[in-house]
Amino acid sequence: MSKGIFSLKSFGPIAALLIALVILPSIIPRFYIYILAVIFVTALLAMSLNMVVGHGGLFQFHHGAFYGVGAYTVALMLTKTSLPVWVGFVAAPFVAAFVGLLIGLFCVRLTRLYFGMLQISLGSLIWAIAFRWYSFTGGDDGIHGIPLPSLISSTTGAYYFGLILLIISLIVMFLIFKSPFGATLQAIRDNPERCEAIGINVRRHQLIAIVIATFFAGIAGVLFVVVEGSVFPDLLFWVFSLEIFVMCLLGGWFTFAGPILGAAIMISLRTFAGIYTEYWTMILGIMLILLIFFLPEGVWGYLVEKFGFQRKKSLEKERQ
Amino acid sequence: MLRVKGIHKSFEDFKAVSGANLTVEAGQLVAVIGPNGAGKTTLFNLITGQLKADRGKIIFKDEDISKLPPYEICRKGIARSFQIANIFPRLTVFRNVQVSVLSQQRKSVRLFRPAETLAVEETNTILEDVGLSDKADATAGSLAHGDQSTLEIAIALGNKPELVVLDEPTAGMSPEETAATMELIRRLAGSQGLTILFCEHDMEVVFNVAESIMVMHQGITIIQGGPDEVRNSARVQECYLGGA
Ligand SMILES: Nc1ncnc2c1ncn2[C@@H]1O[C@H](COP(=O)(O)OP(=O)(O)O)[C@@H](O)[C@H]1O
Ligand SMILES: [Mg+2]
Repeated sequence: MSKGIFSLKSFGPIAALLIALVILPSIIPRFYIYILAVIFVTALLAMSLNMVVGHGGLFQFHHGAFYGVGAYTVALMLTKTSLPVWVGFVAAPFVAAFVGLLIGLFCVRLTRLYFGMLQISLGSLIWAIAFRWYSFTGGDDGIHGIPLPSLISSTTGAYYFGLILLIISLIVMFLIFKSPFGATLQAIRDNPERCEAIGINVRRHQLIAIVIATFFAGIAGVLFVVVEGSVFPDLLFWVFSLEIFVMCLLGGWFTFAGPILGAAIMISLRTFAGIYTEYWTMILGIMLILLIFFLPEGVWGYLVEKFGFQRKKSLEKERQ
Repeated sequence: MLRVKGIHKSFEDFKAVSGANLTVEAGQLVAVIGPNGAGKTTLFNLITGQLKADRGKIIFKDEDISKLPPYEICRKGIARSFQIANIFPRLTVFRNVQVSVLSQQRKSVRLFRPAETLAVEETNTILEDVGLSDKADATAGSLAHGDQSTLEIAIALGNKPELVVLDEPTAGMSPEETAATMELIRRLAGSQGLTILFCEHDMEVVFNVAESIMVMHQGITIIQGGPDEVRNSARVQECYLGGA
């Protein structure tokens, strides 16, 4: 990798975390392996959403729709066709990205909130298809017992498969984040009008960002099928999209890795609080309100501001 | 190089620009002056495509650009700055200019090259030219007002334009900053041979810098000519000293 992109400073902690994640399955109970695998899936999904929300400034309100499309693509290809498994795995992100392109084509014509509202409507249309078309999608029952290769059908197998795909995806996302396209996208987020004035075709860039983000959402959909072995319409329900959105806000949407943290926190909360309470959506709502008032930059953003900023200041002092 | 012919623009019933004419020859330093509300910003927004004219023509290098979107106009070679600082507040000063250079080099859709290694020299040169090198790593939103206005100009220069349109580059600046900015404009026009169109509400600032001056009043062009011609014009006297 070229210098400066992956800094040496962050290399240590990341390597330590990776080693821990590789070793963990041999020492923790299966249930926790499963929860971690769910976190991988959701982290990838939240990261893909943040490409357009945090870095692109788009109101991508129904990202779950593309995740669901990816998951259903795999599920349907694995249960209804005799194509090799990998074909379904590869097709899913492309199908998700294609649907992202179609919906995006309409959405980028609108601004901000209208963009988000149109996306909720179009995404809900896909949800309705998954929910109603019993003969094809299994309706509200979903599709269960999806046949998977034995290597990844166990919890531990799914865990490692998820970890590998997550890492590869994160590296690619990070390269994009640091690329001229990533820089331009962040400029569009900050000030679309000015971007037009410096010769940037804003809509085209936004559309490309949506296609990339929905592609990764499709990969997350594949991972979901691998981890759960089933699909159901709730994946495409707008409430779940809201949840992913909150993960980005919670983790820190202006940062790169914040959404991973957001996903980890949300999944843990849902798993452990969800056991005791039925009011998960209420907790979600309260969290959103607290976030907006107390942590507008998210947990990661807060930490960066609090500690990263001080580091910069001391650097400046050293220079003088 | 640029010809604006009988351009009109209304907001609802209000005629912000109603018959403006302007000529900018290659290599010239042209100023548009007029009191606040004269329609200068609206005229510039028409030229660079942020607004669409109701009537009239805008010819740039023999082509009517009045129907083009802003990004295409920019690609034809017209870059601009805004009166109210219109920067990328969360990005560094360096990145603000670099994004503009990357756009000009048609590299803004590259996905897998680190931006850090691209357009660095060009960006640094511009920052040096305008005197913002020492603040390159600062977050643009944290800059003082005057520096933000300078950054405005730097972003415009990133597009390597043939014609630069500056909307009140000295707005809200102290007298010292104003002098420095006018010096910068003069230098850009002189040594780099840029064609520059800028506007001002303060006449004094303009007369010893501009080669050609267009006077606007209530959306209408009163006169365009050399500094002396404009200074001695009876109608300009009338508008500025009498009625206005
Ligand atoms: N978007 C707008 N909607 C309504 N009125 C506007 C708009 N923009 C400008 N105006 C009006 O048009 C007139 C000219 O404004 P402007 O072009 O900004 O003048 P200047 O830049 O010379 O000070 C002003 O009276 C202003 O109130
Ligand atoms: Mg103005």
